[in-house]
Amino acid sequence: MKLDIRNLHVSVGGTEILKGLSLEVGTGEVHAIMGPNGSGKSTLAHILAGRSGYEVTSGTVTYNGENLLEMEPEQRAWAGIFLGFQYPIEIPGVNNSYFLKAALNAKRKYLQQPEIDAIQFLKLVKEKARLMKMDQSFLNRGVNEGFSGGEKKRNEIFQMSVLEPTLAVLDETDSGLDIDALKTVAEGVNRLRSDDRAFLLITHYQRLLDYIQPDFVHVLADGRIVRTGGRELALDLEAQGYDWVTTGT
Amino acid sequence: MATEQKNIEQIVGEKYRHGFVTDIEADTLPPGINEDVIRFISDKKKEPEFLLNWRLKSFRHWQTIREPDWAKLHHAPIDYQDISYFSAPKQAADAPKSLDDVDPKLLETYDKLGIPLHERARLAGVAVDAVFDSVSVATTFKSKLAESGVIFCPFSEAVQEHPELIEQYLGTVVPYRDNFFAALNSAVFTDGSFVFIPKGVRCPMELSTYFRINEAKTGQFERTLIIAEEGSHVSYLEGCTAPMRDENQLHAAVVELVALKDAEIKYSTVQNWYPGDEQGRGGIYNFVTKRCDCRGANSKVSWTQVEAGSAITWKYPSCILRGDNSVGEFYSVAVTNNLQQADTGTKMLHIGANTRSTVISKGISAGRAQQSYRGLIKIFPTAENARNYTQCDSLLLGDQCGAHTFPYMEVKNPSAIVEHEATTSKIGDDQLFYCRQRGLSEEDAVNMIVNGFCKEVFRELPMEFAVEAQALLNVSLEGAVG
Repeated sequence: MKLDIRNLHVSVGGTEILKGLSLEVGTGEVHAIMGPNGSGKSTLAHILAGRSGYEVTSGTVTYNGENLLEMEPEQRAWAGIFLGFQYPIEIPGVNNSYFLKAALNAKRKYLQQPEIDAIQFLKLVKEKARLMKMDQSFLNRGVNEGFSGGEKKRNEIFQMSVLEPTLAVLDETDSGLDIDALKTVAEGVNRLRSDDRAFLLITHYQRLLDYIQPDFVHVLADGRIVRTGGRELALDLEAQGYDWVTTGT
Repeated sequence: MATEQKNIEQIVGEKYRHGFVTDIEADTLPPGINEDVIRFISDKKKEPEFLLNWRLKSFRHWQTIREPDWAKLHHAPIDYQDISYFSAPKQAADAPKSLDDVDPKLLETYDKLGIPLHERARLAGVAVDAVFDSVSVATTFKSKLAESGVIFCPFSEAVQEHPELIEQYLGTVVPYRDNFFAALNSAVFTDGSFVFIPKGVRCPMELSTYFRINEAKTGQFERTLIIAEEGSHVSYLEGCTAPMRDENQLHAAVVELVALKDAEIKYSTVQNWYPGDEQGRGGIYNFVTKRCDCRGANSKVSWTQVEAGSAITWKYPSCILRGDNSVGEFYSVAVTNNLQQADTGTKMLHIGANTRSTVISKGISAGRAQQSYRGLIKIFPTAENARNYTQCDSLLLGDQCGAHTFPYMEVKNPSAIVEHEATTSKIGDDQLFYCRQRGLSEEDAVNMIVNGFCKEVFRELPMEFAVEAQALLNVSLEGAVG
């Protein structure tokens, strides 16, 4: 797995949000992207997943050497990109496990693997749900329908654990979580850390990084990565605030 | 990535699958309506005098009234003199005695429609009556049903075999004076299905009728009458298709259901008449009056409809909750695409004490379609402790279609509780993106979202019909929105 973002400029409705962002993510790595509100963190997540409504004015994004920006969202999913949504969407009436099975089989079909059968699938999701400390009844509820904020986030990580992506982009997965939920979510992520998978953790607070230790921390400010460092950078940020990096003092 | 428009057009581009024409010689009356036409129809069907007289009274009344104009529907005026009021496949005039006598081409037609007319029917446990243009061509499992005393036959046969039941019940739920289209139907109806479930009998299989309009320039005016005697139970399904034609064709049916004490009728419809093309050319004008009279205490009727076809749908399956503790239910999914228009809903008339009704309506609009829910909940002074719950949800695909809700409530008894909930939503970019991010194609995502939206209604349908309905919805909306 190799993600390579070079000098990326992105506008929304004529306003430039990303202003020359460059980032390389290699397999097995965990990168944290931190930054103040409005710095372009979620835009970056959406661009990687292929959400419409953004205009890439210059720069490139390649994923395993391929032009990611030309791929449809579902193609990116099949190629192993997973986006953990900041605000997971409700799909009323669509059974959670039915949804996930369809998603998994779409990916397997693309990879020319046989579809997973109902029994195997049930076994798989029950195990994953248990690890995420999710009640079995979750599986039969509508996708995110009537879930609390914490349940929705847990459901995202649960979906990730079933879909086994090679690049997981987690957009503010920690926001709105109490400490127990945060631990469960962090455990879920840590369990999935492996040499053939990379993570991009987008977060406002360093709290998440107490539980998921990143290899790299990047500070995104005004559409650009203004500083890159190790784990200690997050602690400095916490202590000194974003002004410390954005004003360059 | 701005693919929204294109995708809407893809949905719209999905072709109607039942648009073939069967080449069969037919006895068709020239277009036009007058008393002679009515006498001809009645004579052709060897009807008793009471029926002819009823038809003539209906016709005379019809001539004095005008088409209703309160629905939110727009169409060119219908020329009632340009419609043929009788068309029968020629051979059927000699009345086939069994399936073996039926023109193989007709059977082929039903095959294409996927109707289990032969052995498959028995496997599926469904008894089928098939109405082709104006004539009923075959009723399967008649003898098996007869063992339990159930009568399930073409309407015209019931007129011959059981005239006393027809005379007793016909027009007692939907009188010919009810409305313009009911009056027209009463004058010129040609066939339909008749069901009689005797006291205490639980009908041993699902009963089913398939309607098909084949001839050009014909109208289809079928009449269905179902009588469920005390303590009986029946589940009845109807399906409808028509070939693709450029001109509009009129379909004005009347369905009357009578539920006596403790009886239960479940009536399910999958309506897939030809909806017209992308420009709104052709398609069926579907003006239908359906009503159940819950005459006895503790009786129950449940209407479930999936309305996917027709250029225009005007349809309000209703319940007269006359018996104490009687229950009326209405579950509806209506899909309109391209230039289709639908004005549909229900009427729940609470007369008896402790009567209860539930209305779940799901409307889906795409293309430039317009759809209205129109429902009346009326609580009479006699209806102590009546309850109604209405939920009416609309889903819009794209930004050129419309959804409208016209709920009417008349509550004349202070002990009543009437609830109404309504929502309108768009298939959001958010929902689609979420599904696609997880690896579902746009098309699968739309199907999944729409089917989820309709779930409460689909689960009311008998199993095989639910599968058919889901597939029909997917076809009607293939391609989706961005």
